[in-house]
Amino acid sequence: MTAVEGERTEWLGRSVKRKEDSRFIVGRGNYIEDIKLPNMLYMAILRSPFAHAKINSIDASAASELPGVVVVVTGELLAEHNLAWMPTLSGDTQAVLATDKVRMQGQEVACVIAEDPYVAHDALELIDVDYDPLPAVISPQAALDPTAPVIRDDKEGQADNKVYHWEAGDAEATQRAFDEADKVVRLATHYPRCHPAPLECCGCVADVNPATGKATIYMTSQAPHVHRTVFALVAGLPEQNIQIISPDIGGGFGNKVPVYPGYVVATAASLLLGRPVKWIEDRTGNLISTGFARDFYMDGELALKEDGTMTGLRVKMLSDQGYAYADAQPSKFKAGLFHIVTGSYDIPAAHVATEGAYTNKAPGGVAYRCSFRVTEASFFIERLVQTAAYELGIDPAELRRKNFIPPDKFPYTSATGFEYDSGNYEPALDQALERVGYQELREEQKRAREEGRLLGIGLASFTEVVGAGPSRQFDILGIKMFDSAELRIHPTGKAILKLGVKSQGQGHETTFAQIVAHELGIPPEDVTVQEGDTDNTPYGLGTYASRSTPTAGAATSMAARKVREKAKKLAAHLLEAAEEDLEWETGRFHVKGAPDRAKTIQEIAFAAYTDHPQGMEAGLEAVDYYDPPNMTYPFGTYAVVVEIDRGTGSWNVKKVVAVDDCGTRINPMIVEGQIMGGLAEGFGMAAMQLITFDEEGNCIGSNFLDYLLPGSWETPPFELGETVTPSPHHPIGAKGVGESATVGSPAAFVNAVIDALAHAGVRNIDMPMSPDKVWEALNEVGLAE
Amino acid sequence: MITETQVATHEITVTVNGQPRSIEVEPRLLLVHFLREKLALTGTHVGCDTTSCGACTVLVDGVPIKSCTHFAVQVDGREVTTVEGLATGAELHPVQEGFKEEHGLQCGFCTPGMMLVSAALLDENPDPTEEEIRWALSGNVCRCTGYQNIVKAVQWAANKRKEES
Repeated sequence: MTAVEGERTEWLGRSVKRKEDSRFIVGRGNYIEDIKLPNMLYMAILRSPFAHAKINSIDASAASELPGVVVVVTGELLAEHNLAWMPTLSGDTQAVLATDKVRMQGQEVACVIAEDPYVAHDALELIDVDYDPLPAVISPQAALDPTAPVIRDDKEGQADNKVYHWEAGDAEATQRAFDEADKVVRLATHYPRCHPAPLECCGCVADVNPATGKATIYMTSQAPHVHRTVFALVAGLPEQNIQIISPDIGGGFGNKVPVYPGYVVATAASLLLGRPVKWIEDRTGNLISTGFARDFYMDGELALKEDGTMTGLRVKMLSDQGYAYADAQPSKFKAGLFHIVTGSYDIPAAHVATEGAYTNKAPGGVAYRCSFRVTEASFFIERLVQTAAYELGIDPAELRRKNFIPPDKFPYTSATGFEYDSGNYEPALDQALERVGYQELREEQKRAREEGRLLGIGLASFTEVVGAGPSRQFDILGIKMFDSAELRIHPTGKAILKLGVKSQGQGHETTFAQIVAHELGIPPEDVTVQEGDTDNTPYGLGTYASRSTPTAGAATSMAARKVREKAKKLAAHLLEAAEEDLEWETGRFHVKGAPDRAKTIQEIAFAAYTDHPQGMEAGLEAVDYYDPPNMTYPFGTYAVVVEIDRGTGSWNVKKVVAVDDCGTRINPMIVEGQIMGGLAEGFGMAAMQLITFDEEGNCIGSNFLDYLLPGSWETPPFELGETVTPSPHHPIGAKGVGESATVGSPAAFVNAVIDALAHAGVRNIDMPMSPDKVWEALNEVGLAE
Repeated sequence: MITETQVATHEITVTVNGQPRSIEVEPRLLLVHFLREKLALTGTHVGCDTTSCGACTVLVDGVPIKSCTHFAVQVDGREVTTVEGLATGAELHPVQEGFKEEHGLQCGFCTPGMMLVSAALLDENPDPTEEEIRWALSGNVCRCTGYQNIVKAVQWAANKRKEES
């Protein structure tokens, strides 16, 4: 059995229609809000109106007396059971319900449990909380000022607002590169706070059976097994008595990785009351309190030779973590996988350093379709390279090409210490340039400028790092980041595949069945994929960071190959031949030289239960816990064309070309769907998605009227292309694709707008590039009308 | 502040997916909760609470409305169509087929609202341009697909209807 096999069957690269659609298109999905249990109670959360305040008292007596209210849970009650605080997935602590202070607007202060959801919300208005407002710290720069109030004064030994300091690369070697540089180009930019905003908010139904002590918790979880372990640790419940069931999830994008207070209080209330408790978050609660993304200040420099050869890179980052460090990322990677900031380029020396700061804002910094700060890193290098091109007077496409890591240098160890598994960047660039019509566009741009029109062409040649990850480096709270598959072939040749990951729309029920079909020849319609139930699936770390295909997809292949090994023994028995005389072709073994002497996988499966040889165990099944030998490194080049309205500052997207290389494509339809979805979200970040705060710490962006999302009208059409460079270490050469487009596209959109203004000296506009900001930039350089 | 516990209820009669229903409701009961909780039609989803995202879209007398900011009492005497009423028996509506054929959905949460708007559009305009489709869908948010395949799904359905007529 080898890890990588070159053979491709008809099931790889085939756009099989999705199995899961059959229920969704008739309204028979089963999302968290659809779950209804007998005797169920409903929970509503009272949230803090202040960003920072001392709590003097909470009077819940009137709320408790409202008919239909069963109990009002406060932090005081939870503290009696040592549940007022909980660990975050980054090893910090976060309040479940506030006791001493509130530290962000929207923080959970009390929960009402009632017979009816409307009554639960009525009762919230009857709770009287006496607050003493405190000064709010709303920027990380202000937070690190020595005179700033200490936000986490609850933590022993915490005398300031520093969360972490982290570095990677070689500072001295980098300094030397800068000392010797012909040219140094600098860029300072803020990747602003945004929110993944899956269309379904978070929620749970907690059902603790008072007779057995079994806690069944239905919840919107991208990582049900990890969440079960956290529940066991937080609540002190025996892990085998906790069952997390993650039903259909209405989008996640990283937002449903952390554990939120609502889940914990609903579970505690169910334990207390012996009845199921349902909590469904409202949109405002989702936007102001759950895992936000980005909020990364980046200031960096690129050292170059006169001819454009890159020789060194250094970046300093300042990260706004909110009031708790809850990034939900691998323990050893404080600033995620920001190492990838050297991007697609052969830069011999690099150094990066990050400070994390507490502020009076929601905790998070989750990987919003980005594999742990990869979006920020990729955005920065692609923006910086574009800046360097203007400063050196070299075409941005050619500066990239000149510095690409050449294909013969893979596997390539970057200056920050990552080993790129594979890559071939020029063909993707060439294809993108050709599809967009780059040379003609540069001519058109010149003509447009003469006519007073502002046309811009933006490029991004990104490299991602996904599929966390190898156990020697990657863990979350100590749990290694393997993933798993359990494959069982039943007597009639039908299969059930159980996974440790959990789809939130990615189409696992289809693509993972295709992997089984590829390995064993059992058609996808005969393979049922099960996920999201911790009692019923092998332990895994969940779906985020584009890791399902690199980890659980690999586990599926390996489990299927174990099944095939046993099938071979069974076939030898049935065919009365020696194992070494058998040959596998998709779906059957035949005797070498006698293709008619064959047994199909279905016949073999039947024999596994009815006619297995003496001394062999019955059954045909296998489990695989896959520890990936390395991360995977998808890449691509995106090209965006825009025209700016000089009167309003609005920018119109004229064309978007996305050429992606994610290795082997299992289901091209699903891959392209994910790329287009990611492009739309990248466009959203570049154009409109912004969570910001006023001076008092009030969140601006607390609903979809203020937090703008791209709709069908604003979102441009996309043209897609592909190159295929299989991962050398993944069993089927796949790399993961869910996040490529959100990683690669924001820089392409910004570079396009800047490109339209570069001749006038404009080098940066922070996202989102709202028309007013663009107009101000136009006005500064005399281009506004 | 709520102090009254005995709230007056109203009996409303509404035809939902072709079936007449008479039910006592509180005046403040939202239409989306009426459908989901009283009639167990859980295909209609709540995404934003503010009429912004369209996950809760249903048809009232054939016209798309957002049921998260509509009271149940407002549909007294009217006809409501939800996603569960799109198919005719086992036969899917062309829009439903189109969404599957063209990969117009991923997580599926926005899909019922998207399909109902699309069905209403095709009833009014059987041969819409891409621009008309995008405009018709502009009140509905999808976070997964990037809309391109949703547009293709509606075009697929339009073609299917043409072939059938």
